[in-house]
Amino acid sequence: MKPAEFTYHRPESVAEALALLAENPDAKLLAGGQSLLTLMNLRLARPSAVIDIGRLTELGRIFDDTGDLVLGALVTHRMVEMDPLIAARAPLMSDAARYIGHVGIRNRGTLGGSVAHADPAAEMPLATLVLDATFHVDSASTGRRQVAADDMFVSFYTNALAPDEMITWVSVPAIRPDQGWGFVEYAHQHGDYGLAGAGCLLTLRPDGTVGALRAAVLSVADRPLLFVGDDAVGQTPSERLWQDLGEDWARRTEPAADDADYARRLCSAALTEAMTDAARRAHAYRGEPDDLS
Amino acid sequence: MTSADTPPAVTVSVTVNGRLIRRPVPPRRTLADFLRDELGLTGTHLGCEHGVCGACSVFIDGRSARACLTLAVQVDGLRVDTVEGLDQFEEAARLRRAFSERGGLQCGFCTPGFLVTALELLRDPDAEKPLTADTVREALSGNICRCTGYQGIVAAVLDAAAPPDSADS
Repeated sequence: MKPAEFTYHRPESVAEALALLAENPDAKLLAGGQSLLTLMNLRLARPSAVIDIGRLTELGRIFDDTGDLVLGALVTHRMVEMDPLIAARAPLMSDAARYIGHVGIRNRGTLGGSVAHADPAAEMPLATLVLDATFHVDSASTGRRQVAADDMFVSFYTNALAPDEMITWVSVPAIRPDQGWGFVEYAHQHGDYGLAGAGCLLTLRPDGTVGALRAAVLSVADRPLLFVGDDAVGQTPSERLWQDLGEDWARRTEPAADDADYARRLCSAALTEAMTDAARRAHAYRGEPDDLS
Repeated sequence: MTSADTPPAVTVSVTVNGRLIRRPVPPRRTLADFLRDELGLTGTHLGCEHGVCGACSVFIDGRSARACLTLAVQVDGLRVDTVEGLDQFEEAARLRRAFSERGGLQCGFCTPGFLVTALELLRDPDAEKPLTADTVREALSGNICRCTGYQGIVAAVLDAAAPPDSADS
């Protein structure tokens, strides 16, 4: 099908985009369009106005001069996948980006768009949640505020933004030498929506025990679901520990799938695998700190 | 909706296969429909119209994209290359020959999308070379063939990447 009629705006500055958004409460922001235009083609979305922010090239930039990695909302998934700076500072994001749709989708789809779309099966919401990212959000009426990833994803396709707010930048804490990451996703075919997937960020203490553990799963709830492994702090990493945590966390999910037990088993396996990978990488970094440079 | 309510057309300038096109388009017109219905470039095929099948893949500023998930107004000022314009790339002729020799097509509906996606892979400086069947399958995973299957297509792309008769090319 084709999109219904709408009025088209193409602002040339963030300020102009915010003003248009404030004037058109029913408008949708169009970035890469890889989610929005699907919904519009299927007539699941019929906005009266579309504000095309795709030319705000300032929001396509990547910085790391604050210690954090700062990514513009219009950084594409393909940039996340291929950019060497992102691979060095936030390898979990590069890893996860490879699973987003296909190359043609990743060439157009954007980080800010995916986060705002808040699909519970999506990789970038999960990655930003695991990495404890902060979203910088702007509005013509209320100015700028910061939204933690923990607070951004409310429910199916529902984010925490007010109608006149727009994500402009994303701050991601850079990975440290005492940390390791893991990301896995299970799908019938590469690029399909994941049946289950998990990401993990593990911090080890100097004595090799767990210092901090964050993991999240996709596709098994109305939003990416975060688990913070406080119980694991101080424990020695082992395959058994990851398995127990994976099973325990998966039990707490309420998958919407027809076969919820199967979805939980996948979820448990994905969590275990992601934590195992994270531990392996954290150990490797501890042995070879130069790897990070 | 009466014509008075119809949103105003937007004038778009876009270079399609090397030719500068300038004309007003309704905002709701997808790039795929613009190419097919207004420019007569019917090589870009429309299958699912929601980004799944890959048949409408074209190049936008040199990167592959779904023409069904792009509005014509979004390519204002940009360069679009369709399957009809692939001969500007030196790999295109041997890719087409390989598809023919390897039986990489049957009804041909999906073929334009496969050619665009495969060409992007062949020309991608970041792709790990030499290409393997696995990397080709992953790169082509966004293009669906519903008749001949993928064996011949994968073999054709591998042939085009390393022509058996001209190892030096």
